[in-house]
Amino acid sequence: MPPVIEWVWLVVALPLAGFAANGLLSLVQPSAKRAVSAIGVGTVAAAFVVTLAIVRGLAGAHASDPFVVTLWQWIPLGDLRVAVAFQVDQLSAVMLLVVTGVGLLIHVFSVGYMRADDGYARYFAYLNLFVFFMLVLVLGANFPILFVGWEGVGLCSYLLIGFWFDVKANADAGKKAFLMNRIGDAGFLIAMFFIFQATGSLAFDEVFARAPRVFAIGGPTITAIALFLFLGCTGKSAQIPLYTWLPDAMAGPTPVSALIHAATMVTAGVYLIARTNVLFAMAPIAGAVVATVGAVTALWAATIALKQWDIKKVLAYSTVSQLGYMFLGVGVGAIASGMFHLVTHAFFKALLFLGAGSVIHALHHAYHATHRHEDAQDMRNMGGLRRWMPWTASVMWLATLAIAGVPGFSGFFSKDEVLAMTFAKGHEHVLFYGLWAVGAVAALLTAFYMTRLMLYTFHGPNRTGAAEQGHVHEAPWVMTGPLVILAALSVVGGVLNLPEVLPQSGWLHHWLEPVTAAGDFFRPDTHLSHGTEWALLGLATVIAGLGIAAAWRFLTPADLKPAAEAPAETGLQKLLLRKWYVDEIYDTLIVRPLVWLSDVVLWRRVDAGAIDSVGVNGSARVARGLGVIGSWLQTGHVGTYVFFFVVGALLLLRAATRF
Amino acid sequence: MTPMLIDLSAPAGITLALLPEIVLTGWALILLLVIGWRHGDPDHHRWAGGFTLVGLLVALGTVLWLWRAGATPDGLPLMIALDGFRWATAAIFLIGGIAAVLLAQGYLGRERILVPEFYALVLFAMVGMLLMGGAADLIVVFLGLELMSLSVYVLAGIKRRSPQSAEAALKYFLLGAFASGFLLYGIALLYGATGTTNLQAIALQLADSEIVGRPMLALGAGMLLVGFGFKVSAVPFHMWAPDVYDGAPTPVTAYMAAAVKAAGFAALVRVALTALGDATAAWQTTVWWLAVLTMVVGNLVALAQRRLKRMLAYSSIAHAGYLLVAVAAATTQGGSAFLFYAFAYTLMTVGAFAVLAAVGRDGESDLLIDDFNGLAERRPWLSFALAVFMLSLLGFPGTAGFIGKWLILAAAVDAGQATLAVMVVGASVLSAGYYLPVIMAMYMKPSERAEVAEGARLARGGRLVVAAAAVVLLLFGVWPNRALDVARDSGRQLAVPGVIIGLPR
Repeated sequence: MPPVIEWVWLVVALPLAGFAANGLLSLVQPSAKRAVSAIGVGTVAAAFVVTLAIVRGLAGAHASDPFVVTLWQWIPLGDLRVAVAFQVDQLSAVMLLVVTGVGLLIHVFSVGYMRADDGYARYFAYLNLFVFFMLVLVLGANFPILFVGWEGVGLCSYLLIGFWFDVKANADAGKKAFLMNRIGDAGFLIAMFFIFQATGSLAFDEVFARAPRVFAIGGPTITAIALFLFLGCTGKSAQIPLYTWLPDAMAGPTPVSALIHAATMVTAGVYLIARTNVLFAMAPIAGAVVATVGAVTALWAATIALKQWDIKKVLAYSTVSQLGYMFLGVGVGAIASGMFHLVTHAFFKALLFLGAGSVIHALHHAYHATHRHEDAQDMRNMGGLRRWMPWTASVMWLATLAIAGVPGFSGFFSKDEVLAMTFAKGHEHVLFYGLWAVGAVAALLTAFYMTRLMLYTFHGPNRTGAAEQGHVHEAPWVMTGPLVILAALSVVGGVLNLPEVLPQSGWLHHWLEPVTAAGDFFRPDTHLSHGTEWALLGLATVIAGLGIAAAWRFLTPADLKPAAEAPAETGLQKLLLRKWYVDEIYDTLIVRPLVWLSDVVLWRRVDAGAIDSVGVNGSARVARGLGVIGSWLQTGHVGTYVFFFVVGALLLLRAATRF
Repeated sequence: MTPMLIDLSAPAGITLALLPEIVLTGWALILLLVIGWRHGDPDHHRWAGGFTLVGLLVALGTVLWLWRAGATPDGLPLMIALDGFRWATAAIFLIGGIAAVLLAQGYLGRERILVPEFYALVLFAMVGMLLMGGAADLIVVFLGLELMSLSVYVLAGIKRRSPQSAEAALKYFLLGAFASGFLLYGIALLYGATGTTNLQAIALQLADSEIVGRPMLALGAGMLLVGFGFKVSAVPFHMWAPDVYDGAPTPVTAYMAAAVKAAGFAALVRVALTALGDATAAWQTTVWWLAVLTMVVGNLVALAQRRLKRMLAYSSIAHAGYLLVAVAAATTQGGSAFLFYAFAYTLMTVGAFAVLAAVGRDGESDLLIDDFNGLAERRPWLSFALAVFMLSLLGFPGTAGFIGKWLILAAAVDAGQATLAVMVVGASVLSAGYYLPVIMAMYMKPSERAEVAEGARLARGGRLVVAAAAVVLLLFGVWPNRALDVARDSGRQLAVPGVIIGLPR
């Protein structure tokens, strides 16, 4: 093991130290914003530097096995041995770079964005804590440690969604996210139980080594394990049916949406499947389920994104949709493609969110200056902002071209690769042609709704209000700086994994080979001819162009009215605006019956009626009564005491001598 | 580390082996001599307390020194053992004694009990306890027990002007003398059955199954159990305990509930495991019943108490039941569990009585649990400490009480006594019914008697006891590893080594 890899604990410890320091500051000296910024950004920057050194060491080692750094035994319990151990390999290296790198940029952006907030220190404490848990998640060398990180990021997500908890809607959104994730986590736990029962271990290296011996390929156990793991992923990564928390999660500060709800945490499910790709490779049915859910989610969320007015909601549904692509990728067994889209998406979606944050920041200040209470996130209150915010507008256009899949930009390559791999799998089963078609339609919608967002926000006449226009300004450099860096990455990120028809192709694919090789062993080789590949690339270009052109042609920003004056929507538009009424359906079918059951039956009848009155209070009354009888015997007379003493002694001696 | 071999047949060797006891006895004699002339004014009293404290600390130092040096007998230990169990129990008693003296210093002054002989009696009792924990012979067990008991009889009645205190002392003395008779008779019968009073020699005799089957042996073991059962306040020999604990001055109660009880158990564990380890049939079932009865009765009656001091008295009976479970396991694992639990129990009991002494007045026996209502608002730290003690007594995770109870459960289950383990858990559930209301009163009820909180006073010594006990309980609740290792090693040494040449007859 290269000595530098031994230092991996430092990557994790730095943000934790930042959390401790900032947490303390938030309690004792919340106004020390300079110190808070230095600690919050500094620890993540240092973690990024250490990560670079570790990745360099890893690249130099050309290792085919992961390096496992065991810090200490955590749960030595019978056959179960769980160590606090970190695993450094090619997959965790990619995630480390994304988490610390993009995380660092977002921390810097937050310095500007949150500057005026009273909870500045608390914000950075949470943000550092999040980075800590996310690093534990991607570094964990066994399921329980990964799960600790998994739950920890969920906690931070909850804390940050409800960061402005004095508004009830925000606190509710946090609760919703937390509760929906619990459903998925139950699946994750069940999967872990199955894995331990079958393999007798929870450490990745042991489980993956033993899996081929204990599981039959496509057998019921391995399929159940994979599906339960995927249930966990649908919660964390907002896939059908557990996706509805993510749009609500936009209640948190916008940099949080960029970091947690776009670039890192929500991709944890994709990472989990990549990490356990051996298990999924042995369960082809589960893989097909993952791919199907991914493709359908991609299309479903894209349709909702078409009609949202809240700029962050558009991006939220876009994230759900893009996560669908990643699951489509890892579901068809193209682990590297899924991870590739994860990385490029981290760049351009973080950029889009931060750009949106910059816009919201500007509008918020404008409305604040004129004391008007309008929605600073509603696109109907924007328009023409490119005149005042040229930097933000330009970088967001770059990100839009990337996500829409315009050739040359990063998103073009990653999305095309996912779709191409799906298409290639069509030889095995016709289902995958269908999934490819669904993905292609979703790509068309993606190009359309992103162009719509840009048109309504930055082009056409301004609808903010005459008085406010003078107060709209470009963000300060701490905010635009990270945007520019992310824009550069969004543009050139595609070189990480160029298609095979181009020179220098498939770099990420080769890099991840040590991780994916074991799973690839179980999968039939899929290959596309160069002709098909060129055709698919061409088609992708046409789709992107079509989506952008259609939006440009059919949408007229000039006809929009500010949110306060806008007419109500009808028909399909209303259906999309209300998100297909999924929240309402869930509420009627699941939430209300459950609450009724808990309230009327379980609480009032079972708990209060039976358990409390008979079981708890009844037994307490009996016990107390017996105690009172016992204290009557305590007369205070020595004679009584001697009597009991002698009777006891006689009984004891009788018992002792009768064996 | 090479062990320090001590030849117990040479005067120098026996002196070294008895160093802690000699230090304490000498200290007590000097103290008696000095206070013969100087006992009139509070300054003298303070001096006596300080002097005693130093003596206990020096004794603790010698214990730790001998322990670390690995003192080992050169040959068979005839009268006094040199093993980890002796040092561990000695350390526990001394810690209990130090805490009691620290408490007493402020308390006796406040309650106008200016009797410096108090400290000499504490020292003599301590010598008795150390002998009980270190006895290698039944005669030494008896000597230690009587030395301790006689001192404690007087301590219980040290508040001479209080009729309650005098009544408590008299009851204790009468019943104690009765119990000592049983104990002595038991020793005589054991001697009759085996021809020796040496613990290890008895064990070797019992390798012969003919002797194990003798009714005389069983009768002797039964008599011993009655005697020890009284000292540790096991039901049905417990009835003195609530009255005596209630009537005695609170530092004495703490001393009795913690150190005296632990000493009784130490001797019981030694006799049961070392001498009668091969004759478990003679005592395991009876201990099993004693444990069950003690847990059930102690907890049930504690539930009905409204006065804190009396509730703690019954709680101490209930804890004797848990410790009896460790004995009933009849394994060295049980011995280890006893050591850890006794340590934790000493701290939490002394701590709880210290808080009681701080809040109450005039013997504290009229202090109701309701008087603690709202204490947390005015005395947050004191309340926090009492909450820690209550949770630890309850066996709540995160406290040393939990680890101790867990060890006892593990010992019982590993010894095949699963029913007993279930009983421990059930009894602990009952105990929540009287420990938690104290916490509830302090934190969740409005204050009714402000003067209780206002009047709560802890002298510097008492504050030290409360703070140290709470911190150590929490520390060992989350990081018990080191203490567990010590307890495990010390408990193992109770087993008799396989072959010993040259049996004395």
